[in-house]
Amino acid sequence: MINVLDYLENTIKTMSNPDKPAFIGEKSSLSFNELYMRSLSCGSYIASKELQKQPIVVFMQKTPAIIAAFLGVVYSGNYYVPIDSEITTLRIRMILEEVKSPLIICDEVTSKLLDKWSSERDLDWDYDYSTVLFSDAGSFLIDYNKLTAIRKSTIDVDPLYVVFTSGSTGTPKGVIATHRSVIDYIENLSEVLALDSDTVFGNQSPLYLDACLKEVFPTLKFGATTYLIPPSLFMFPVKLIEYINEHKINTICWVASALSMVAGLGAFSVATPKSLKTIAFGSEIFPVRHFNLWRDVLPDTRFIHLYGPTEATGMSCFYEVSNSYDYSGSIPIGSAFPNTEIILLDDNNNLPPDGKPGEICIRGAGLSLGYFGDNEKTNSAFVQNPLSIFPDIIYRTGDMGYYGSIDLEQGDSNDVQRVLFYKGRRDHQIKHMGYRIELAEIELMAASFDGVGLACAVFDNENSRIILYYMSDSVDKSDVKAFLKANLPRYMLPQTIIHCDNMPKTAGGKIDRVKLLELGSRK
Amino acid sequence: MEKLLEILQEMHEDIDFSTHVSLIDDKVIDSFDIITLIAEIDDRIGVTIPPEELIPKNFNSFSAMVNLINKLENE
Repeated sequence: MINVLDYLENTIKTMSNPDKPAFIGEKSSLSFNELYMRSLSCGSYIASKELQKQPIVVFMQKTPAIIAAFLGVVYSGNYYVPIDSEITTLRIRMILEEVKSPLIICDEVTSKLLDKWSSERDLDWDYDYSTVLFSDAGSFLIDYNKLTAIRKSTIDVDPLYVVFTSGSTGTPKGVIATHRSVIDYIENLSEVLALDSDTVFGNQSPLYLDACLKEVFPTLKFGATTYLIPPSLFMFPVKLIEYINEHKINTICWVASALSMVAGLGAFSVATPKSLKTIAFGSEIFPVRHFNLWRDVLPDTRFIHLYGPTEATGMSCFYEVSNSYDYSGSIPIGSAFPNTEIILLDDNNNLPPDGKPGEICIRGAGLSLGYFGDNEKTNSAFVQNPLSIFPDIIYRTGDMGYYGSIDLEQGDSNDVQRVLFYKGRRDHQIKHMGYRIELAEIELMAASFDGVGLACAVFDNENSRIILYYMSDSVDKSDVKAFLKANLPRYMLPQTIIHCDNMPKTAGGKIDRVKLLELGSRK
Repeated sequence: MEKLLEILQEMHEDIDFSTHVSLIDDKVIDSFDIITLIAEIDDRIGVTIPPEELIPKNFNSFSAMVNLINKLENE
């Protein structure tokens, strides 16, 4: 298999009912057949513009049609760059200027936003681009000959998509995945989660992040079904559970904070999501207290902890949680996916002994190509494996981990697992509500506001909130807040903003983040 | 219900809660707020909102939240 489109095509060829719904949203749905035809149409439209191996931005609302737009881009021999209005005008502008996409696929709502922004001169473009409504591109006359020719010229290490994550320099950075890295991930994930054609996913993650691969491609591979759960339900846990049961959703891969929300707000006293057979969680630490509440109400459900960075395409490690063991401290991230290797490296690039921390490094076909337009950054994170004498690239995650053991004591014989545990970051990257955030990006944005001197953001893990400290003689807290609100995505906004006259310093003269965190936690 | 207004205003100082009647539908209050909001109402007003009352119509406006809190206080 060399192209992710093979997933869809093989399924269409072999499934008995191509009218089965593939993706179901709030107001619309697409069957496999409709998805296939629209993807072909959209691909033919883009191909008619004679674009090849270029980034094509897909700026649409979260509906099933967006999947057809992604696949249409792939059919045309280009790679897709998903963006969402959720990430604010400024960031969209940064991304568009970075990728210089010649074509933006939008829908009725987002095309109005683009028009509005350009008329307000919010976006003064320094390159030419055109836009097309998906409703037009997705009904374009299909040119099978052209698409077949394009397909023959595509190989599996060609880019498939670029997704943007928070960058510590203040600009979002794009990670480029390939057909090969995604296929490798999907094959391994499918095996780990035991997915099949009866799988009914309930999608939580936004479609502009790699997190959505978990549902999108297995749905195509197996002819399964994905419900795109309305985001507002993630505030109303009982309604969310009713939705899951009503649609017989049996598999969810959610960020831990979404699972925490359901358990923490006490929803299980009213309702049980009894249709769930497999629950995968990850992207951040799942408090064991909340996990236990889930396991208590769903004792027969499989719980799988996933771990992995965007740079290694989706997830790289998994741990199937035992249904009886008491995980008092934390749930391990387990061991590497099939066809993936995890190497822990200490400060001297040696393997640390068990119990001692090292940086989690990943090797395997799941590695992405690195960062869009930033070879320097790519070369500093995707490096030669110091333990190998052959050309062998590993990705240094910046995450720290250590090997520990878990004694399951099943029956008479001791069943001791040697498993990997996550131990925090080397730098100031955090995970908040499942989103990956560089605190530096928040600080740089705050400091770019006229009149603000130093700014420092810390994360209060206990209460799951970002606290921003800033120094200024003239700027009011509410002005900083309004400025950040206009320029940072919702998930990056500090919950607490504190004005201070001086930043505490460490002995070495750096801002004392530990002290700031202590100060903030008391407020 | 000054305390409730205080809590809401701390979350979103730019919103006029006396007139806004579609806080949920307009995504003023979203999933990032809800846990903080419930915790603050519990902490500062002393009212625990049970899961069955966590429905959009109880949170769409300031007055709907006031009604909910009054109802729960009288139970």
